[in-house]
Amino acid sequence: MKILREIFSPLIAVVAAFIVGGIIVLLIKDDPLQTYSLLIGNSFGSLKDIGWTLFYATPLIFTGLAVAVAFRCGLFNIGAEGQLYVASFATAWVGITFGGVIVKVTDEYIHYPWADLSPFLLVPLCILTAIVVGGLWGAIPGFLRARFGSSEVINTIMLNFIGIALVSYLTQYHYKVSGDPILETAPIGKAAYIPQLKEYVSFIPSDVPLNFAFLIAILMCVLVYIFLWKTKWGYELRAVGANASAAEYGGISPKKQIIIAMTISGALAGMVAINEVLGSRHLYYDGFSAELGFLGIAVALLGRNHPLGVFVAAIFFAVLMRGEIFVDAFTRYVSKDIGLILQAIAILFVACLQKYSKK
Amino acid sequence: MSELFTISVIISLFFSAIRLATPLIFAALGGMFSERSGIINIALEGLMLAGAFTAAVATYELNNPYLGLLCGMAAGGVMALIYAVAVIQFEANQVVAGTAINFLMLGLPQLISGAVYDSSGSTPQIAKDYLLPDFGTFIANTNYFVIRGILILITLVVAKIIYDWLSGRPKAIGGNFDKLIAVVLAVVAVSLFTILLMLFSSSISIASILAFALIPICWYVLYKTPFGLRLRAVGENPAAADAAGVNVIKLRYVAVILSGILAAAGGAYLSIGQSSLFTRGMTAGRGFIALAALILAKWKPVPVLFACLFFGFTEALTIPLANYKLASGENIPVQFVQIIPYVLTIIVLAGFIGLSRAPKALGIPYSKEK
Repeated sequence: MKILREIFSPLIAVVAAFIVGGIIVLLIKDDPLQTYSLLIGNSFGSLKDIGWTLFYATPLIFTGLAVAVAFRCGLFNIGAEGQLYVASFATAWVGITFGGVIVKVTDEYIHYPWADLSPFLLVPLCILTAIVVGGLWGAIPGFLRARFGSSEVINTIMLNFIGIALVSYLTQYHYKVSGDPILETAPIGKAAYIPQLKEYVSFIPSDVPLNFAFLIAILMCVLVYIFLWKTKWGYELRAVGANASAAEYGGISPKKQIIIAMTISGALAGMVAINEVLGSRHLYYDGFSAELGFLGIAVALLGRNHPLGVFVAAIFFAVLMRGEIFVDAFTRYVSKDIGLILQAIAILFVACLQKYSKK
Repeated sequence: MSELFTISVIISLFFSAIRLATPLIFAALGGMFSERSGIINIALEGLMLAGAFTAAVATYELNNPYLGLLCGMAAGGVMALIYAVAVIQFEANQVVAGTAINFLMLGLPQLISGAVYDSSGSTPQIAKDYLLPDFGTFIANTNYFVIRGILILITLVVAKIIYDWLSGRPKAIGGNFDKLIAVVLAVVAVSLFTILLMLFSSSISIASILAFALIPICWYVLYKTPFGLRLRAVGENPAAADAAGVNVIKLRYVAVILSGILAAAGGAYLSIGQSSLFTRGMTAGRGFIALAALILAKWKPVPVLFACLFFGFTEALTIPLANYKLASGENIPVQFVQIIPYVLTIIVLAGFIGLSRAPKALGIPYSKEK
């Protein structure tokens, strides 16, 4: 029964979103049924479809978990977007610097021959960088909240702008291959690539970029669950989220928990770099995220801030992302924006239903 | 090597700052009403987009920027109403609902323009004659009697304010003498101001003048009217305001809708003033910058003007900086200038520059049973 109650409001919200979305589609004189079948029907039809859907879901699982952990401590991490950008750049930087890459920036060549690390060292180093840098960027608003009581909502929004501007500066002036018209870094060293799943699983089609990051994402779902519900630290974190003053009365320091929660949250957001930089693009590309961090808020909310829920919600959102492409191509009037609209309406409904789903 | 700050650059910088501050002023003032009533408004970005899109479409279809502006403001009001129903009626989390509105406004305009104009990239270009005019064009195209009427009206309002101020002083001479002084001062002030505006009439948009005029109006509404008093009371202590007979729910609805209308006006200026069409996500974070300006201004209308001008100035600075080269031949990275407002906001919020205190009831839904 408990599970039923938990999934009740997300389910209603999704159904309601599809109804409202259907009305919008009707209003612009198109066929909602055709739109929805294109939107959803192309995600699980073949192995290729499934692979792409899971690939799209991977970063959403990370950002969804990031937002969920902060939520459980009563905090809003609107800053996953900034955290994942900063972490992705840092990861690419490590991949370039220690991957034996020769970069020509303006006139001088940057090459560290001593830094030709083997994959067994470089890949863990890159992953560690993603986690640590994302965590640090997340820790800043946590610290500001704990020390000065300033709103983490505003501070994370500000840090998004700051982080994105800083990495865009670094990319533009220091790590761009000269002559490249696109704002992206030089490619990372081959040694920093993480394996594609198709190399190990024969039935995954060769054009699907699904990689080890997906497995790490699943692992993170499990770890976050264990952390939140099976450890003392997780208990303390949730206690602060449930009632900060009661927790403090019980001997838990809310300030410490706030910083811990934001650090973990930032680290999880930073892990998007594993999928984007190490797993698929193999470089840092300015503006790659396209609201992945903000979508994390929606994923966490729809997933009721539970790792399992986050996983399911991330898959659902990935289905929409995959389907958007087909909607764009095969309907008369509806553009791919229908996916974003459905997500927005679903969040709005979940938020409205929250009042009724408590207790 | 080119000079960075010549006189002409400084003057153009000044007017760019005003131009870039204009949408921020509208949105920040909108946010002020909402937040002063206790409702966080992360949705400013989305509300601006609603205004920008609707204004662009309406202006294109009707060939009238004023009707376009009104339509944009109405659309902002409607979106704000949806937001208000969610956060006031259903007590939805304000940050979450605001984020949802922002998402919706990233997608919905695209969907509509894709269906109607067969291009989801942007709305069709509006002819230059139908954009919001600059001050000079506005004067030239408007009936002489209308302008005279507006000027007399403004003079009377200014005279009234001066008179109130004079007669409120302990050493007031009182009577008709005060009235005379007030009228003379008002006439002088308005004339000087009009002459100044005429001098730079082609550099100042009518929307900028509207935005600047809104500052004293909002100040008056917030501090000198019963509505403003109730608004502030509801934002600080809704239970006490309720006990004193204020309809908390209704007041918050009005405040949020008002914030939508104002934010949308700021968005509309972007699409039918600064540029001539709507493009996806064209506010580019200005809703959030307006929110930052509001915090920097400590939720007060007059400081909002200066915060927005400052933010507008830093944005304006990026234009000459991009063309300027240091002696070593390197550019000054614009990104360093771009982040100044955000860093400053964090510093102010942490309490390093005076105490920045939000309205006490900000973000807390109100229900009578509690």
